[in-house]
Amino acid sequence: MTAYLQLSQIGKTFTRGAATTEVLRDISLEIAKGEYISIIGHSGCGKSTLLNIVAGLTGATSGGVILDGREVNAPGPDRAVVFQNHSLLPWLTVYDNVRLAVDKVFSGTKSRAERNDWTLHNLELVQMVHAKDKRPAEVSGGMKQRVGIARALAMQPKVLLLDEPFGALDALTRAHLQDSVMQIHATLGNTILMITHDVDEAVLLSDRIVMMTNGPSARIGEVLSVDLARPRRRLELVANPIYLKAREAVLKFLHERHRFVEAA
Amino acid sequence: MSVTALKETTPAPKRPAAEVVRLARPRPPVKTRLRTWLTRAAVNVLPPLVMAVLLLLMWELLCSGPGATLPPPSRIWTDSKDLILDPFFVAGPQDIGLGLRVLVSLQRVAVGFGLAAVVGILIGAVIGQSIWAMRGLDPIFQMLRTVPPLAWLPLALAAFRDSNPSAIFVIFITAIWPIIINTAVGIRNIPQDYRNVAQVLRLNQIEFFWKIMLPSAAPYIFTGLRIGIGLSWLAIVAAEMLTGGVGIGFFIWDAWNSSRLPDIIVALVYIGVVGFALDRLVAGIAAFVTRGTASA
Repeated sequence: MTAYLQLSQIGKTFTRGAATTEVLRDISLEIAKGEYISIIGHSGCGKSTLLNIVAGLTGATSGGVILDGREVNAPGPDRAVVFQNHSLLPWLTVYDNVRLAVDKVFSGTKSRAERNDWTLHNLELVQMVHAKDKRPAEVSGGMKQRVGIARALAMQPKVLLLDEPFGALDALTRAHLQDSVMQIHATLGNTILMITHDVDEAVLLSDRIVMMTNGPSARIGEVLSVDLARPRRRLELVANPIYLKAREAVLKFLHERHRFVEAA
Repeated sequence: MSVTALKETTPAPKRPAAEVVRLARPRPPVKTRLRTWLTRAAVNVLPPLVMAVLLLLMWELLCSGPGATLPPPSRIWTDSKDLILDPFFVAGPQDIGLGLRVLVSLQRVAVGFGLAAVVGILIGAVIGQSIWAMRGLDPIFQMLRTVPPLAWLPLALAAFRDSNPSAIFVIFITAIWPIIINTAVGIRNIPQDYRNVAQVLRLNQIEFFWKIMLPSAAPYIFTGLRIGIGLSWLAIVAAEMLTGGVGIGFFIWDAWNSSRLPDIIVALVYIGVVGFALDRLVAGIAAFVTRGTASA
């Protein structure tokens, strides 16, 4: 198959003074268009570094990223990132945060009115139109993350990069947002690369789960395909044998073969 | 249909209810609001007023003896009543009210401080962005910052050969250091998250400056501006004492030369009040502009 997003033999070494630390070694992955991929691993295994390399925010020491036939080595709106801590600009309203991205990406192709409609459309996708004139400090953590997702979607990226997007949220809000993301993925068919440390989240959302070994020199340990039909419903999956098996496989990988020995 | 029907029925019972409320409610709020407003005003105004009266009384007692070198408040009132009561009189080209003199000084501060703000923020932005500019310039700025304002005056007089631009230059050079240093610190403290957002959006340098840098560093910049305006006001009085003209600083020097001590004290009060007002003004603008930035 010809991959839409291809990571080939990515290695990353950090150098501080005389000490060098190899974080990632020989990461290769091919992702098809419209696929939902989760990367799971213990904290410190370099999964966020990997996402930053795909985003172009960090340079790879070796290897490279090819998206839609082109090598990428700088950040750009074709790889929109939803940051873990939402990263909304606190001095702009919810609407203006999304509008900033829309104005930048579509300044040449859409008229002012179209950009306004597109901004509202994306806020509607995450059900945040009601709070469009509020500032980020005035809405809840889950709502901020919704706006972060709207901002990323509004760029019409080729691939959506989610960096532990629900990590800072309580369990109920997290479930809500996971459902929203599934809905959006089903409607728009985005290619999504998500970093997570939550096994259930990975199994529920992903087409394939990439499991990483512990650092330093983290590699891809295993790749698990989750052959669950979509749309997936949280409640129906609780007793689904495929779901349980996938869950077991990931848990065994993380806690049997690659236990994080330094974990507190 | 059903929706419109609902809309028609709901306002009907509400209308009389609203009228009843409107009649009953406002009365107690007006009274209580007035009372809370009055108590708040009293809490804020009374203590400084009482202290001022006490201090004036003490001053009167200390300076009304036969050997006193400084005038008591009562003599200031009798000697300089015209200056206190009418700040805007014009009795001749060199004999004008203190309000007008303050305005002349404020004009110089406005020009000097305005220039310092623009240049200071730009230089601060460059230094905050570039680690090498920081390393090279920061020690120099830290050293120049400690030079007293008046020490610049002879150099300025030599360069401009005129008193007015020299006074403005002294304001500029006094106010610019805290603005540069605070802006640079503010820009170095822009969270990496905002830089990442800018990179993903591919904002160019100018867009980054207006959309991320200025709003994010605004609290720091305004701290610098507030320190700068205070220093400017300190410097202008001293500079005017030496350069002459019609400013408030020269008025004090002139009053000293003609032994009008009460006039000097009135002028000091003017300077204090205006300095306080300037500080409050910049603080007020800061609070208005940075209302979104404080809670990140």
